[in-house]
Amino acid sequence: MAAASYDREDGGGGGGGGAQRGSRDAYDPNYVPDSVKTFVTHLYRHIRDKNVYEIHQMYEGGFQRLSDRLFRDAPWPSAEAVAPYCDGDHVFLLLYRELWYRHAYARLSPLTASHRAESWANYCDLFSVVLHGVVNMQLPNQWLWDMVDEFVYQFQSFCQYRAKLKSKTEDELQQLKQFDTAWNVYGVLNYLQALVEKSMIAQILEREKEGLEQFTATDGYDYEGGSNVLKVLGYYSMIGLLRIHCLLGDYHTGLKCLAPIDLNQQGVYTIVIGSHISTIYHYGFANLMMRRYVDAIREFNKILLYIVKYKQYHQKSPQYDQILKKNEQMYALLAICLSLCPQHNLIDENVSTQLKEKYNDKMTKMQRFDDESYAAYDELFSYACPKFITPSPPVLDQPLTNYNQDAYRLQLKLFLYEVKQQQLLSGVRSYLKLYSTITIAKLAQYMEVDEATLRSILMTYKHKMHAVDNNGKIVSSTDFDFYIKEDVIHVAESKPIKRHGDYFLRQILKFEEMIGELEKVQFD
Amino acid sequence: MANEQPVESYTVEELVAVNPYNPDILSDLEGFVNEQVNPSDGSLVPLIDSLIKFLKFSEGLLRGFAETSAFSRLHVSNQTYNLDANLSLLRLYQFEPERLSVQIVSRILIKALMAMPGPDFSLCLFLIPEHVQMEEQFKTLIVLSHYLETARFRQFWDEAAKNHNILDVVPGFEQAIQTYAIHVLSLTYQKVPRAVLAEAINIEGLALDKFLEYHVANSGWVIEKGAHSQLIVLPRNEFNHPELKKNTAETVPFEHVTRIFPVLS
Repeated sequence: MAAASYDREDGGGGGGGGAQRGSRDAYDPNYVPDSVKTFVTHLYRHIRDKNVYEIHQMYEGGFQRLSDRLFRDAPWPSAEAVAPYCDGDHVFLLLYRELWYRHAYARLSPLTASHRAESWANYCDLFSVVLHGVVNMQLPNQWLWDMVDEFVYQFQSFCQYRAKLKSKTEDELQQLKQFDTAWNVYGVLNYLQALVEKSMIAQILEREKEGLEQFTATDGYDYEGGSNVLKVLGYYSMIGLLRIHCLLGDYHTGLKCLAPIDLNQQGVYTIVIGSHISTIYHYGFANLMMRRYVDAIREFNKILLYIVKYKQYHQKSPQYDQILKKNEQMYALLAICLSLCPQHNLIDENVSTQLKEKYNDKMTKMQRFDDESYAAYDELFSYACPKFITPSPPVLDQPLTNYNQDAYRLQLKLFLYEVKQQQLLSGVRSYLKLYSTITIAKLAQYMEVDEATLRSILMTYKHKMHAVDNNGKIVSSTDFDFYIKEDVIHVAESKPIKRHGDYFLRQILKFEEMIGELEKVQFD
Repeated sequence: MANEQPVESYTVEELVAVNPYNPDILSDLEGFVNEQVNPSDGSLVPLIDSLIKFLKFSEGLLRGFAETSAFSRLHVSNQTYNLDANLSLLRLYQFEPERLSVQIVSRILIKALMAMPGPDFSLCLFLIPEHVQMEEQFKTLIVLSHYLETARFRQFWDEAAKNHNILDVVPGFEQAIQTYAIHVLSLTYQKVPRAVLAEAINIEGLALDKFLEYHVANSGWVIEKGAHSQLIVLPRNEFNHPELKKNTAETVPFEHVTRIFPVLS
């Protein structure tokens, strides 16, 4: 099994343990370099002035630059040390601490349980402040998304951390006992749920459809003197909930959490590329596990096309690696979907070329449904799946084991089980493509099974290719169809249809563009 | 705050809708599963205690948004299955594994089987830890689900008969599976031989004749004489008559057309 590749820890810190420890010993939490003093003062002032553009510049640019230059292997100065430079503002310090811990997670892994518990306490304070509606700031969407994203990530990281008990020292186990309420699953879910509810984001989106409210049009910002923080955090929390439910294996509820967001339109979820990718990745994965392959394929196709076009603009961004990683994972998931549910018309050319480059061999294997194909499904699934978690706290009195892989193994096993049930279908498909009618007896003979088994296989094909959608309707996802009259199978193949309408539209727009360009040309 | 309010009852659906992540509703969700299995005469299921516990659960945090939600008095309908509530319960079992009740999980899974062709059964399995799935009765249920998913009806009914003690707990099981069997047959066949139908729904002889009579009268079935035996002609739908399928590939979505409006003007 590809368990080893699954176990990698996200955001691994740079450098070996020794070097880290050295600089950590030398770390003085109270020492504040001048550049940090300026940074804090300016950031505080911009937040007070609600100057979102400047905040964004400092958050994306300034913070990264200082981290790279001064804090490559060390934490930033403590919040207490920088307090004098921001009037000791309680809310600002909560934000600062959030950045502090995020930096620590990214560069100084692995963190101790007490550090993780402190970060949890900080999030609780921060979210409580926001939920009580006393926040009057406007923050850039990137920052708000990163907050929610990081919150879920730290939760996932903590579950993984505390599930690896074998190699823990006495001290570490003691800390786990001491901080047993930190990152408890109820708290995590309830905070996100509370953000969704209190911000009334679902109602806002509903009212926006009727033109009674402005939200998406202003990118979530509030131009009437209010704050965007609660609303946008509420919005991103829906995506956060989708993600957590996927980590728990509850795909149905995850998709329900995302329901207020219409994926057929642009929305606040597309503004920050990280949120766009995370939304589609988890949406697609949930649909894959619920056997709604066509929905997954459609969305993966759209986002992969988007990434092909726009990734060059994010090369300098700190999220670039993540973008590339998710890109690869989604190609893998797309390969799986297409092997289980072949489609002709849904994939764009660019995406299709990339897919063939990366996974042509694997896809041929997967469509054969022999032992090698299971290995291919296993490999791709393990590479591309989310890092599932066991949400319950460990029992620390029994012999210590590592159970961090249990959740993943269960999901993999059930996925392969589903693949196995579809095992004989591709054989049927390839035979039926050759005939327009054939008797059951003959086909059974060719496939070397008895008639009763063949009838079962044919019905399985029909059942698997007709999923039940959200509204209880049956939706067909098959690229070719058949029906049976007594003993004879009649095949009705839908030929790949040329999309004339789309083609003309594309050409019209292209020529308009060309004409525009030509008109601009001036002859001297 | 909660002292002066008149005592109100809330349905499980409402509790799940307001806050599915509240561990204190676990026993009510379990009660609801039993309701699904043995529906009472439709009387209210009082859930007052839960609401008070729920409000206390996280003090200030949840009180705020609990106040903004609107509650109303509703009867528990005779609805006998609710996937969301069952998934909430399985999730709560995931969070607190020591409270897991094998009997309740078994009932949830049987109800999920009855919901086929929906994927409910596998959705539930995703939430049940592997070692629990190793219990005998769950292994049996998984095997039964496998037979249904792969349309192996004869094996299914054989296995079900051997395990009728587990399945008899839930009324309506047979009928639900028969409905599913007919659904799959309707997807596949325009004309199905009597023997195939009989095997799929596990009815033979006189009982089968009566069954056919009923459906001829009510569901638009037609009986024909085929080459070897009786043929049952199933109602036309877009799945067994592909020519009825609306061809959506040629239609261009309106939003795409709007893209060229600036050009046309």
